[in-house]
Amino acid sequence: MSKARHNPLNSFAAHAALIAYTLIALFPVFVILINSFKTRKAIFRDPLALPDGDSFTMIGYQTVMKQGDFFLYFQNSMIVTVATLFFVLLFGAMAAFALAEYRFKGNMLMGLYLALGIMIPIRIGTVAILEMMVSTGLVNSLWALILVYTAQGLPLAVFILSEFMRQVSDDLKNAGRIDGLSEYTIFFRLVLPLVRPAMATVAVFNMIPIWNDLWFPLILAPAEETKTLTLGSQVFIGQFVTDWNAVLSALSMAILPVMILYVIFSRQLIRGITSGAVK
Amino acid sequence: MTALKLSNVCKSFGKVEVLKNIDLTVEEGEFVVFVGPSGCGKSTLLRVISGLEETTSGDIDIGGRSVNDVPPAKRGIAMVFQSYALYPHLTVRENMALALKQERKPKDEIAERVAEASRMLSLADYLDRRPSELSGGQRQRVAIGRAVVREPELFLFDEPLSNLDAALRMNTRLEIARLHRQLGASMIYVTHDQIEAMTLADKIVVLRDGRVEQVGSPMEIYNNPANRFVAEFIGSPSMNFVPATMLGGPEGQFVGIRPEYAQVNANGRLKGKVVHVENLGGDTNILVDIGDDLTFTSRMFGQYNAQVDQEIALDFDEGKCLIFDKDGQRI
Ligand SMILES: Nc1ncnc2c1ncn2[C@@H]1O[C@H](COP(=O)(O)OP(=O)(O)OP(=O)(O)O)[C@@H](O)[C@H]1O
Ligand SMILES: [Mg+2]
Repeated sequence: MSKARHNPLNSFAAHAALIAYTLIALFPVFVILINSFKTRKAIFRDPLALPDGDSFTMIGYQTVMKQGDFFLYFQNSMIVTVATLFFVLLFGAMAAFALAEYRFKGNMLMGLYLALGIMIPIRIGTVAILEMMVSTGLVNSLWALILVYTAQGLPLAVFILSEFMRQVSDDLKNAGRIDGLSEYTIFFRLVLPLVRPAMATVAVFNMIPIWNDLWFPLILAPAEETKTLTLGSQVFIGQFVTDWNAVLSALSMAILPVMILYVIFSRQLIRGITSGAVK
Repeated sequence: MTALKLSNVCKSFGKVEVLKNIDLTVEEGEFVVFVGPSGCGKSTLLRVISGLEETTSGDIDIGGRSVNDVPPAKRGIAMVFQSYALYPHLTVRENMALALKQERKPKDEIAERVAEASRMLSLADYLDRRPSELSGGQRQRVAIGRAVVREPELFLFDEPLSNLDAALRMNTRLEIARLHRQLGASMIYVTHDQIEAMTLADKIVVLRDGRVEQVGSPMEIYNNPANRFVAEFIGSPSMNFVPATMLGGPEGQFVGIRPEYAQVNANGRLKGKVVHVENLGGDTNILVDIGDDLTFTSRMFGQYNAQVDQEIALDFDEGKCLIFDKDGQRI
């Protein structure tokens, strides 16, 4: 293993593959970014060219800032995503811990029931959800989105996390019990830090679809003050004309927060992997 | 006073009975070792004593107090696990102090007890390190230290040395023996290792399939095993069993001969061909095929020159033989 790692040829090949992959993955982002700074003509004339003195313009960003309340949309998206991730991780981890740790009647059934949601897309229930939201008066509030996304994210979270929690050493939990730690302390202080990589994975998996979702914001919270970024950006995409400058600028700005969140989680991921395990 | 008294303890997981009517007493200051084959319920018994598992039926008294409904932290026990089970996010000092903090002991008392334990286990230099920055042996000492600071009435060890290499195992074994003398505390110790069992124990408890097969001092168990299972399990290499008919005895009986009581002797009663020789330096184990598909082990003291396929004759001391009936009970 260590021999293979130090072989310069292998190491070169690995890096080449990784760099190639990085380039491919970053290329669309790069194209969006450079074109967001170009005039409409320049975008269509040569989409891959860098902005120069002639073609450089901030018009897209200006349009975005002027039209609609872009920062409010931004804030809405952020609130919905972060709150959802918080609830998914908290409740998902708690349910997973209960399923993995305690023997009780119906444990298996409960686990299957909670995992069922992985196979049934939540959008099937849109009409019923809308009716529920209307009758509870949650339509056009961010809570409507947070609740729906939490429900959507929980099954996979429970499924992945319970698998990881089963792997946490029983001895460690038992040592905690003998030392007088409560089950909550054992969960929050001993188990959660050890499944941090899995938590980060779940967070990343959940984050992107929520951030990008158009369906539920359009149906449950289309009001001006609860619009999310994706929904807000739609004004620039018309049936006949699309304001590409504005769309690309909006997209460029929408990438940023996701990237910041991702960096936070991936650092957790790495820290989780390298932190001292049980033995 | 008795440190621990188990009466009629049973434990089932669903339909599987893992512990069956265990009766056992541990006197104060006694070092008791549980041995038995893998899966016989040693760890389960330990977990039941510690309160991590509930009994299905039966009573547990620790220090004269019934603890059936007492949570693990309040039973006056401390446990050392095979996998160390140190808290990865805490330093050595915090690892040892945690239980005392939970009991809301005063700060200076905690500091004092941690200092005392770390001095006893030579951990003073590592107090501010994390478990991941320690070697295996050091980690196990921290785990032992974490038990020591609690000053429990009863220590529980579950195969604490099996993750360590041979040299370290010996050192830590001596350390545990010394600790037992110093603290005078009652200890229960689970192991697979014959040497640990024989050298540490005041009393050995041999378990099989969730039942106690025999309880006794190491020498009692070695010299006077209750049945064939115990005789075979204790002692390494294990006891030889020869059908009595081979030696002119009655049908249906077996003669148990420990390898060290069977020596090469030209006029020996057991004849056969050497199939394997193990030269250990201090001893030599000679495995002899004595017919009927039986391989007989003889342990010669010192170095003995035997060749594979050589014809050899062995003799044994009749006074040291044990006779078992066909169900494995001693006669
Ligand atoms: N939580 C559980 N659910 C069901 N069966 C269990 C459980 N824990 C243990 N067992 C069973 O109980 C029996 C005894 O297990 P235990 O861990 O006590 O064995 P052991 O004597 O400690 O073995 P080893 O020497 O390998 O550690 C085993 O057959 C095991 O399969
Ligand atoms: Mg065990």
